[in-house]
Amino acid sequence: MNVIVCVKQIPDPALPGELDPSTNTLKRDGKLILDESDSYGVEMALQLVGTAGGGSVTLISMAPNDETSGLRTALAMGAEKAVLVSDPSLAGADALTTAKVLAGAVGKAGDYDLIIAGTESSDGYTGTVPEQMAEVLGLPSVTFAKTIAVDGSAVKVDRQTESGYDEVSCSLPAVVSVTAGVVEPRYPSFKGIMAAKSKPVETVTAADLGVESVSWAQSITDVTDAPAREAGEIIEDDGEAFEKIVAFLDNLKVI
Amino acid sequence: MAISNIWVFSETTAEGAPSSGTLELLTKANSLGGTVTAFVVGAAGDAAAAFADHGAAKIYETGDLAGALPGAAVSAAMKAVIDGGDSPDLIMFPQNYEGRDVMSRLSVKLDRTVLTNSTDIAVDGDSVSVTTPIFGGAKLVTSTFTGETPYLAAFRPKSFEPAGGAGGAGDVSAAVVPDLGSTGGATVTAVHVEETSGPKLDEAAVVVGGGRGLGEAEKFDMIESLAKALKGAPGASRAIVDAGWVPYSYQVGQTGKVVKPTVYIAAGISGATQHMVGMKGSKNIIAINKDKEAPIFGVADLGIVGDVHKVLPQLLEALAARS
Repeated sequence: MNVIVCVKQIPDPALPGELDPSTNTLKRDGKLILDESDSYGVEMALQLVGTAGGGSVTLISMAPNDETSGLRTALAMGAEKAVLVSDPSLAGADALTTAKVLAGAVGKAGDYDLIIAGTESSDGYTGTVPEQMAEVLGLPSVTFAKTIAVDGSAVKVDRQTESGYDEVSCSLPAVVSVTAGVVEPRYPSFKGIMAAKSKPVETVTAADLGVESVSWAQSITDVTDAPAREAGEIIEDDGEAFEKIVAFLDNLKVI
Repeated sequence: MAISNIWVFSETTAEGAPSSGTLELLTKANSLGGTVTAFVVGAAGDAAAAFADHGAAKIYETGDLAGALPGAAVSAAMKAVIDGGDSPDLIMFPQNYEGRDVMSRLSVKLDRTVLTNSTDIAVDGDSVSVTTPIFGGAKLVTSTFTGETPYLAAFRPKSFEPAGGAGGAGDVSAAVVPDLGSTGGATVTAVHVEETSGPKLDEAAVVVGGGRGLGEAEKFDMIESLAKALKGAPGASRAIVDAGWVPYSYQVGQTGKVVKPTVYIAAGISGATQHMVGMKGSKNIIAINKDKEAPIFGVADLGIVGDVHKVLPQLLEALAARS
């Protein structure tokens, strides 16, 4: 069972996001970390390989620079190797370009049975890349997976829906995107962190993958501050604050 | 070329009613000028009349998908119609599971970019721009399509007000799903619906949201009780959904439901960007949080800096005493 996991390295979400004033794209020049929503996919892939009793997990990722600290985190969790598409021409790339580049990187990652991705990144959250990749590769796909179990030459997936979940059977190879919080991502052990330092990370450019013309048919034409809500009344609870809430609800006629 | 042919990705509910998101998008599409077509997942059935009333001059329906996931199937049906000569200038999708999947597949088939998570659209001659809130709605980004049509854009729920009376003809024709080849390997084998009582989260006049500040899963009972007392619906932040305290269907936010109730009560929710985009449009917001620096107070009409474990039981008792 060989699994490819798409991961993204993003600016620390605990820090306030900033736009580059010249390009109006998200600034990504500081330290980048593994997107937490990708750690679930890495964990799920490691569990599937573990259950199968053989195989490996390979990471693929794209970045405008050669940052690898986020990849090292996923390697420390137990992935075997990584392919990083690092190319300054990819700065600000749209989701379709990203999908084409990652589909190209799949070709560098070796034999695979399954490709896992997160539902959406925590910084850009377009949420289309996994399904776009599947289409580029001509593969079936299941999005919003809560669970994945291998069943012969297929996977059984519980897929989140608006009102509950669907059981889906999907032939392999396939692309499956997983929702956050479905498994408990393991913490890298000290041994894992040390081992990750020497695990192979192959760095390639978009041109190496045959993705020649990198352009996208959209431009940001304006960025404005959203109208702010009028400041409300903020009070410290003195033991009677609940009465304020009752009066507020009463005033709105909801009670 | 002006924008004269607009498609709307259209859905019906399990009961065959038109989805509210579809009616919102049809209404907006109809206001942009040109001919509006509802492209329906499955059969339009009785919902066809409502689609027409909200502006659909034409309706394409794929018919029963026989268990296929919509992503591959509906995008292939759309591509077949486009190849057949009816090529839209713009296709509007709802920002939901199925809309996102179909739009993704179609973007590759047509080699077109996608603009997602938008809340508004403007057409000026040949130019189409969409507005997208970022950083939890603190900033609004306007993006303009620069390439060839069809333009593909997805909109968050409740971005537009639905309005009937448009008097569309609603002529129905079939959009057959072609053989999906290697992309058709996914089949739904069983459907599970999680039972909920009370009003639906995205339709309730009052929503009570609980977050990490509740401390433990059992304390979510207070949220359920308060929602019940106010004839509202309970909601949750992503943090406690991820932690497994409540099902995903409770989630309010970027990856969950967008709610715009008369009153939103945020209890023990700090107000992460992820959550704020799902509830900022509420008409009135009450926040209860221990940390007076919590971002949620920035959008609250009434903010209580205090312990939810004290304030909520007092509030429940006061409400019980009134009834």
